[in-house]
Amino acid sequence: MSLRFVGRKVVGSILSLIAVIIFNFFLFRIVKSDPVGSLLRGRNVPPDVKARLRHQFGLDKSKIDQFWLYMRQTARGNLGVSIQSGRPVTEDIGNSLWPTIWLVGLSTVLSTIIGLLMGIKSAWQRNSWFDRLSTGVSMFTYATPDFFLGILLLAFFAFTLKLLPTGGIESPTGSTGGISHLIDQAKHLALPCLTLTIGYMGEYAIVMRSSLLEVMGEDFLKVARARGLRDALVRRRHAVPNAMLPTVTLVTLNLGFVLSGAIAVETVFSWPGLGQLTETAVHNQDFPLLQGLFLIFTAAVILANLVSDLLYGYLDPRVRVG
Amino acid sequence: MTVAPPTARKTSGRAIVRARRRKAVAKVWATYRRSPQGMVGLVVLVVIVVLALAAPLLSSSKGLDVTYTSKNPQFAHPSLKFLFGTDDLGRSVWTLFIWGARISLFVGLAATIIAVGLGAGVGVIAGYAGGRTEAVLMRITEFFLVIPFIPFAVVLASVLHRSLTNIILVIGITSWPGTARLIRAQVLSVKERLYVDRSRALGAGHWHLVSRHILPNVMPLIFANLTLTVPIAILSESTLSFLGLGDPLRISWGVILQNAFQSDAVSLHAWWYYLAPGLGIIFVALAFTMCGRALEEVLDPRLKDI
Repeated sequence: MSLRFVGRKVVGSILSLIAVIIFNFFLFRIVKSDPVGSLLRGRNVPPDVKARLRHQFGLDKSKIDQFWLYMRQTARGNLGVSIQSGRPVTEDIGNSLWPTIWLVGLSTVLSTIIGLLMGIKSAWQRNSWFDRLSTGVSMFTYATPDFFLGILLLAFFAFTLKLLPTGGIESPTGSTGGISHLIDQAKHLALPCLTLTIGYMGEYAIVMRSSLLEVMGEDFLKVARARGLRDALVRRRHAVPNAMLPTVTLVTLNLGFVLSGAIAVETVFSWPGLGQLTETAVHNQDFPLLQGLFLIFTAAVILANLVSDLLYGYLDPRVRVG
Repeated sequence: MTVAPPTARKTSGRAIVRARRRKAVAKVWATYRRSPQGMVGLVVLVVIVVLALAAPLLSSSKGLDVTYTSKNPQFAHPSLKFLFGTDDLGRSVWTLFIWGARISLFVGLAATIIAVGLGAGVGVIAGYAGGRTEAVLMRITEFFLVIPFIPFAVVLASVLHRSLTNIILVIGITSWPGTARLIRAQVLSVKERLYVDRSRALGAGHWHLVSRHILPNVMPLIFANLTLTVPIAILSESTLSFLGLGDPLRISWGVILQNAFQSDAVSLHAWWYYLAPGLGIIFVALAFTMCGRALEEVLDPRLKDI
């Protein structure tokens, strides 16, 4: 991969990020002219307190001054202070980041593996009962809101069978450290992870299936067969590697979106991640926190785009020039 | 040598075009009818749309108002009196369900029309105009493509006032970039066709070229895209409403799910409360997806093999 290709992609991503940061400012300051007023929501607060709050958030300055202040602070990694918790926004986000990364990471790995296997088997045995079932399941999960799937799993496994905990990341009275603590955490992770895995595997299965079907029409598979290779070998060595590319790209690309897609699911399972943080920020009209979260979610998509582009360039030499 | 009067020739020309269009639609329908998934999807849609339109006949909207339902039992199991049981406020879930269908379908369709209208507009202009206009429009499209949908919608919905109109606007303006890219690609290929060149050589203006040659050729794609965007819009509405960003006074399926979750229907084993709206969303989204896929197959026979 040429340095120029990498350089162009990296610069493009940085420009996108800057555009998003600017967009983020206007989204909140222009649309909402008086954040303090909406924060207090008509509560009876003396005017001097209001004025002090406005000064504290820099809202008594002109829009242009506010903009430069915002840009300087963001560049230094200062995303402001959360209205609700009073802590820096970066600290609140940092605390919630890992639970989400754990959850999203594990469910991405699982849904990718299951989706790929489903798609490969579906395409290889097209129109078989497995293909029909797999396509049906994929379409069904695509049409299901993931938080509703979460509610169903919660009702069945946690409240009816009482097999798994109903929410949170660990039991409040759990012992610290040791095997039992680990098992406790795994039990809490199980349901939200299952929800997201089922939610995304169908999409990956459909993409893998169609890209493998496309490859299956290619001449090099006929050549491989003509050489007398066994069916399984043709599939494993020749068909699947060539069909992987679109799916791998989709999975990496999706990674950025999955991070924010988990918002509603985290709410269902009281999972203390970025999603729940977003939900409380919305509930409390905590605009600095919401602004920071929006930036993080968008940055994740831009980063995922970059990784996906570079991966594509690495895996498919034709792209590097274009 | 007699020359037909220009007006007569014009009308007959239009009549020919109209007859050809009618024939094309009849042909599409004939192929569509043979797709089992398309027909199943269509039947499900018709049933739900009829149910939604007939809501006032099936159950009085007074059933949505808690002041009229205070005498009803709370969390009552499904029975003959309450087909789908009752909610935490004694309202019949059946009443909520059919009235919710109206809101969910309305939001889904209205948001889709905005999204596809915007996307098709940007796509056609970018594809047809080319040059700098195209570059600028596609940059904007790419920018909106990296904005993650749910956080953006959450932010917009929380800075704006919570109303049905705003929910529709939020979903509409966050879902157009995909359509814009798709339509632009199609316009680029249609633009290069010979009959467009011929028409241009004969002195046709931009408006004539776009409305008579480009649009009729991308219309089927726009229509298929429309059908596939509705389920996404309905799912988005349910997610936003579930997060508490919907219009609290307009009960959609998403709002029912939020109410059910907030009132602990899950831990109280009141499965009827959340099952009805949830399954409603699934069936409508599935039906639209099936119709859209069947339409795509009809319009692009190559997809049949995939």
